[in-house]
Amino acid sequence: MSDIKAPPLLQLSAVGKHFGGLAALTDVSLHIRHGEIYGLIGPNGAGKTTLFNILTGLYQLDSGSFTFDGHSYNCCKPHLLAKAGIARTFQNIRLFANMSALENIMVGRHLRTRTGVWGALTRNTAARAEERETEQRAHELLRYVGIHRPAHTLAKNLSYGEQRRLEIARALATDPTLLALDEPAAGMNATETESLKALLQTIRDHGITILLIEHDVKLIMGLCDRVAVLNYGKKIAEDQPEAIRNNPAVIEAYLGGSHA
Amino acid sequence: MLLALPFLTDELLGRGWVRILDFALLFIMLALGLNIVVGYAGLLDLGYVAFFAVGAYTYALLASPQLGLHLPFWIILPIGALIAGLFGALLGTPTLKLRGDYLAIVTLGFGEIIRIFLNNLNAPVNITNGAQGISQIDPISIADFYFSRSHEILGITFHSVHQHYYLFLALTLLVIFVSSRLQYSRIGRAWMAIREDEVAAAAMGINTRNIKLLAFVMGASFGGIAGGLFAGFQGFVSPESFSLMESIMILCMVVLGGMGNIGGVVLGGVLLVVLPEALRNGAGPAQQWLLGKTLIDPESLRLLFFGIALIAVMLWRPAGLWPSSTRRRELEAVDGVAQQEQDTVYDAKH
Repeated sequence: MSDIKAPPLLQLSAVGKHFGGLAALTDVSLHIRHGEIYGLIGPNGAGKTTLFNILTGLYQLDSGSFTFDGHSYNCCKPHLLAKAGIARTFQNIRLFANMSALENIMVGRHLRTRTGVWGALTRNTAARAEERETEQRAHELLRYVGIHRPAHTLAKNLSYGEQRRLEIARALATDPTLLALDEPAAGMNATETESLKALLQTIRDHGITILLIEHDVKLIMGLCDRVAVLNYGKKIAEDQPEAIRNNPAVIEAYLGGSHA
Repeated sequence: MLLALPFLTDELLGRGWVRILDFALLFIMLALGLNIVVGYAGLLDLGYVAFFAVGAYTYALLASPQLGLHLPFWIILPIGALIAGLFGALLGTPTLKLRGDYLAIVTLGFGEIIRIFLNNLNAPVNITNGAQGISQIDPISIADFYFSRSHEILGITFHSVHQHYYLFLALTLLVIFVSSRLQYSRIGRAWMAIREDEVAAAAMGINTRNIKLLAFVMGASFGGIAGGLFAGFQGFVSPESFSLMESIMILCMVVLGGMGNIGGVVLGGVLLVVLPEALRNGAGPAQQWLLGKTLIDPESLRLLFFGIALIAVMLWRPAGLWPSSTRRRELEAVDGVAQQEQDTVYDAKH
């Protein structure tokens, strides 16, 4: 883990978001340091995915602001945040179903490559080299996340666990500094979750910071350096996993008042 | 085969059929242009004929007595493509946030607006000559070679329709080349990603606004080229040729043939131009021969068959007659790694 005194990679200051009369997020402040695995948990509807959508530009925040990698963003387009280095996966898998596994990852390389119409038409040296590099990188990533299938298998024909992994590979293809994973273990069995855990540790060891939404408490506790808990759009706790487990406010949020 | 086709047709079926082949080529170009918008980027466009019209009127205005301009063919054609491309951007910009049915309605309106404009731009200043259209358009010529006159080359007489066939064929091949190069490129992948899931595409760093606009502009410019050729070939344009029905025909070519697959789209274009003509010419005599008289007007029979064919294809081959080749590519893994993996699978099975 990196130096605690270094400026955080991501800093949220009093972020708020409401849909009509519903406050999805209220005054959420948190920071994520370089190189850590940061968990975000909370009961259903607590605002976790909303926070993700703000970070990746799908929603615009209503109040507050966030800085990422030293730049401030308070309204931004998804593709610009991807370019800044935030890549994500989706809670309900959103792959390009009718494209091959390889092509899915190659799309992830889009923003780090430059070939335009002219390059595509002439297939000049630069375009060919870039295409080769993109394809090679995509193959590497397929192996990296552990998909051992013909690269031209359509994404929709992959198994559920492989689809989750392919989404991670596609996100990694954008060369992110922060990888935001929205319930990557949802629907996985124990073996698959275990190998996902190993994959996430490898990714972190390669210097990519991870923000993780997850319901699998075992995974969160075993993997995360720090965990924040959201409830009704408010941050009710932020601490190391062990401390979170014993935090009365968290127990109350999950189990109801009588257990506190 | 493609080179000999007009002469074979001429011998076997008559000169009228060579003309039909010429039209088939024009419609293939249109269908390929629409395929970029609908097939690759997944943006349903019901007003595509507008770009055909823009190309045709650009040619008509720049090479006819209407404005007194007579620019050469090889200058007008790129201008037509460019102006049609601009109109593509004009349609694309306000519709960026629309998808599916909503986009279809707006594009349908756009197509009608263009047609009605062409119909009414004869007052206060007469630009398009209204419903009467523009006639006496200069024939297509390159330097002193007029495509409208017969030429004798190497002892073979090339008639006007033959020469146009070769010109259109060359440009169709160019359009096919451009389509296929774009399809298998970074741009093509971005289009398909938007078609599959626009939100995910944006989250992966694709500037969806620019990439969608590019699809509209590229598709429109193909339409502009086909339009210019149409005007030069016919020598006459009027708003009538650019009705909603034409847009729907072009869309049918794309959908019936196989959306997103160049071969399928070409097949769709050929079938939807040639088959109706064959029915028109064949249905009358066939009834005479079978029944002794003409019971049903061949023209209405043509529409009946067209409807039945559409329903049949949608029922039994919903992906089109010749669907996109993703399945084939799955089998032909060209790269080493995938090949190796496939070999392993193969070994395991045998």
